[in-house]
Amino acid sequence: MSIKVVEGKNIKRDYHVGGGLFRGARTVHAVKGVSFSVDKGKTLAIVGESGCGKSTLARIITLIDPATSGELFIDGNKVDIARNGLTKEMRRKVQIVFQNPYGSLNPRQKIGDVLGEPLLINTDKPAEERRDLAMKMLKKVGLGTEHYNRYPHMFSGGQRQRIAIARALMLNPSLLVLDEPVSALDLSVQAQVLNLLADLQDEFQLTYVFISHDLSVVRYIADDVMVMYFGEAVEYGSRDEVFADPKHPYTKTLFAATPRADVASIKARLAKKKAA
Amino acid sequence: MALLNIRNLVVEFQTASGPFRAVDGVSLHVNEREVLAIVGESGSGKSVSMLAVMGLLPWTATVTADEMSFNGRDLLKMSPAERRKIVGKDMSMIFQEPMASLNPCFTVGFQIEEVLRFHMGMDKAQRRERAIELLTQVGIAEPAERLNSFPHQMSGGQCQRVMIAIAIACNPKLLIADEPTTALDVTIQKQILDLLVSLQVKYGMGLIMITHNMGVVAETADRVIVQYKGRKMEEADVLSLFESPKSNYTRALLSALPDNAVGDRLPTVSDMLFEPAAGVA
Repeated sequence: MSIKVVEGKNIKRDYHVGGGLFRGARTVHAVKGVSFSVDKGKTLAIVGESGCGKSTLARIITLIDPATSGELFIDGNKVDIARNGLTKEMRRKVQIVFQNPYGSLNPRQKIGDVLGEPLLINTDKPAEERRDLAMKMLKKVGLGTEHYNRYPHMFSGGQRQRIAIARALMLNPSLLVLDEPVSALDLSVQAQVLNLLADLQDEFQLTYVFISHDLSVVRYIADDVMVMYFGEAVEYGSRDEVFADPKHPYTKTLFAATPRADVASIKARLAKKKAA
Repeated sequence: MALLNIRNLVVEFQTASGPFRAVDGVSLHVNEREVLAIVGESGSGKSVSMLAVMGLLPWTATVTADEMSFNGRDLLKMSPAERRKIVGKDMSMIFQEPMASLNPCFTVGFQIEEVLRFHMGMDKAQRRERAIELLTQVGIAEPAERLNSFPHQMSGGQCQRVMIAIAIACNPKLLIADEPTTALDVTIQKQILDLLVSLQVKYGMGLIMITHNMGVVAETADRVIVQYKGRKMEEADVLSLFESPKSNYTRALLSALPDNAVGDRLPTVSDMLFEPAAGVA
């Protein structure tokens, strides 16, 4: 039987926008009751346009923000950070990789320190051991030990994203939340990072929640797909189901908007242009 | 006759460790009513070569070319003052980051009217009228009120529309779009691309589309130039590029598309030696 690493039941998140002198307070419903579950070693992709609540959901899964209502289970245990706070134990289980590798690394921190810091904060491993683990992790993500003492500005975008992934993996998490990890990268570098993610998933049996708006990437990496639209999950199913037979009109719009790079569609476009 | 003609363009930057060659002997031409796409990864010199055409590079750059002419006029021999009359009027550019390229201190109306004031010499009422017309053209609702908005009050897609409005304000003959949709969602990307192509058809502009997204190329271009490390790897019309890529770099790039994934892993563009296709260079 497969193990559910993360499960959400009817998760809601409201933001209260404070009113001013001339405007009353309002409530923004960012996530309106979303349910999902991901099995060990699988990938759930969350797709949607900006402002649809996918990053809010990512923050809830990563235990950064509490949900307003609903239940979140991680490794079968119920988590409620609003009431019970967050233990170091819980923090180690979920890690996140952010979208912009240029913004998510401290420019004044050496790579070795970037990788050692999660261990320093969450474990009581001695400095020597932290160093060894960081060196090992650098090799795992396809960098070298010579990179240990360098600063983030000395790396390209793809390399920085590797560092961000390495940092997230330092604590051996069971769940990795990837918030648009390849949107800021070039096509060729994107392929390298996607391959790295697939390799790591095979090696450590990692579970991914992969947030993206690029459907071609989602189709490649995901096992399950959830489409979000204005805070609601309008479509949720296995990748093949969703891609073969999109049901919600928004999903159809999304598919229609994705640029197609196959020869047949180019021919169709050129023929249409000639006719016009 | 070609609208823009460039032969053997070389751009070098002076750095602490000697000159760095960002663009190495690129030749290209764009005809009227043609969409040319320049594809390449970051650092391939695709933006720099277009900035050189616009004359927007910093003083650390040295631009040399055998020929660089726009609409029959030699851009290399032109004085900066003469050049400024062309840039932004007959030849204009849309930049990558719409949020960062608009001035946050001025309303979008002011920024659109600024172009009209300098290049067209319109009076205040005419400018306002034309600005409203432009915003309507790029599909912004309630254009008259929107003129008084600041960039931070608009979304990324709307800012990009304003950028397009500024670029087409003087009915340019050539529009250069530098990664116009990279920062945007797929649905907005589709809208912006459709807008650009419809404007291109309507006004018969030449359009240069700089991008690293093969999907965008497939959806818009007539002809494609593939650049890698400052050199032209391949030039072909869009169909033959996708059907039978000649350079091994183009082949590597196309196979890295997640759409074309076969098996478990994507083939990557590693640092092997890439050769330009025969007959290019």
